Amino acid sequence: MTEKAIALTVNGELRRASVMPRMTLVDLLRDMLGLTGTHIGCEHGVCGACSILLDGVAVRSCLIFAVQADGHSVTTVEGLGGGDGRIGDLQDAFWECHAMQCGYCTPGMLIAGHALLEENPEPTTEEIREAISGNLCRCTGYTQIVEAIALCAARRNGEDGR
Amino acid sequence: MKAAEFDYIRADSVAAACEALAAAGPGEERKIVAGGQTLVPLMAMRLARPSLLVDIDGIPGLAGIDSVDGVVAIGAMTRQRAAELSPAVRSELPLLAKALRFVGHPQTRNRGTVGGSLVHGDPAAEIPLVAVALDAALEAESTGGRRVCPADGFFETPMVTAVAPDECLVEARFPVWNAGRIGTGFREVASRQGDFAIVAAAAQVALDGDGTCTRVAAALGGVAPRPVRIAALEDALTGTRLEDRAIDAALASVEAVIEPDDDLHATAAYRGRVAKVLLGRAIREARDEALA
Repeated sequence: MTEKAIALTVNGELRRASVMPRMTLVDLLRDMLGLTGTHIGCEHGVCGACSILLDGVAVRSCLIFAVQADGHSVTTVEGLGGGDGRIGDLQDAFWECHAMQCGYCTPGMLIAGHALLEENPEPTTEEIREAISGNLCRCTGYTQIVEAIALCAARRNGEDGR
Repeated sequence: MKAAEFDYIRADSVAAACEALAAAGPGEERKIVAGGQTLVPLMAMRLARPSLLVDIDGIPGLAGIDSVDGVVAIGAMTRQRAAELSPAVRSELPLLAKALRFVGHPQTRNRGTVGGSLVHGDPAAEIPLVAVALDAALEAESTGGRRVCPADGFFETPMVTAVAPDECLVEARFPVWNAGRIGTGFREVASRQGDFAIVAAAAQVALDGDGTCTRVAAALGGVAPRPVRIAALEDALTGTRLEDRAIDAALASVEAVIEPDDDLHATAAYRGRVAKVLLGRAIREARDEALA
């Protein structure tokens, strides 16, 4: 078993690493690239805490080995901000709606919400619930998370939302 | 948990993938990884410990959907989400489009593949169930060439399919029903949205101009070591107008086909009862859609 040299784009920057094939993408992001915004929960694809965007679509980074991401483009929760350390509008809506308690699921919820709004800018409540159905919040604060995604959508559509 | 150590290669052609599989030493397990949404969790839990992963993502021509001469051909590497959103699948294989919405979650469908689900062969999985219901043809390649397996016989026992360790599934071909008014129904009971099905039921019907059923396909998942067709029910309903009474009477034939087991999610008795209820609902949904 030998290490493989990989190169991938992470939040717009080209990053290189040498990894054992067994290293998951989430471990690469957190342990080698220092991007600890993405959380690790179950490590077998159940909880959704490690959700990221791979080539623009939401996937679980614990179910991808880093070597499989060679040549691809990754966006983590750090890449969702408005730049200069400012938070993005979806994150702002989460803050305003108190859509987090312990915060463990939050990066995954933000990625799931972001992916939904990219694909469907005017989701119904039912569609929001389905979009985050693969993300577990053990504080069970789902109601505010759904409200936050709806608020962000409403604001993007030029509505006051509240 | 973390996967055990393994080696990894990215194949640039199906032939190269098959050569890598064929070079396995005695007792050595080499596995194809497509989307990895089932294999990677199994590796994380150390239920699978392959020595080599052969990545087929990126092989040209292995992902994509073509509709030609009454057949929709889905490349093995086609993402489940791509199939779900495909206009060809929605218009010509509406039963598959309905079933795909029950496969995991959006994040796993973005990565998981149609071929991976078929080769994994979970007896409760939705894509194998539709393949059996619609008599799909599944084509696999090895260093010895290609062969086509009918879905009937492809699924052997839980997680065991006709695809040999040195073969790579390349395509699933689903026949399209064209004659008459077509309707489809898909029903499932699971603990939560996106969980594995406890029982799943698929039905597709064709009605002629006066509403008589000329063709029906009915299949159940989660109630046997593999997805099963309910042929006696199909025979009994062909030629009827799919009246509720006819459907209820035909459902009696379910019992002779299924072999449900107890597990921590449900008892065998529950599975048997739910199988009939869900299949009845799926057939009525298909009938009502065909009449609409």
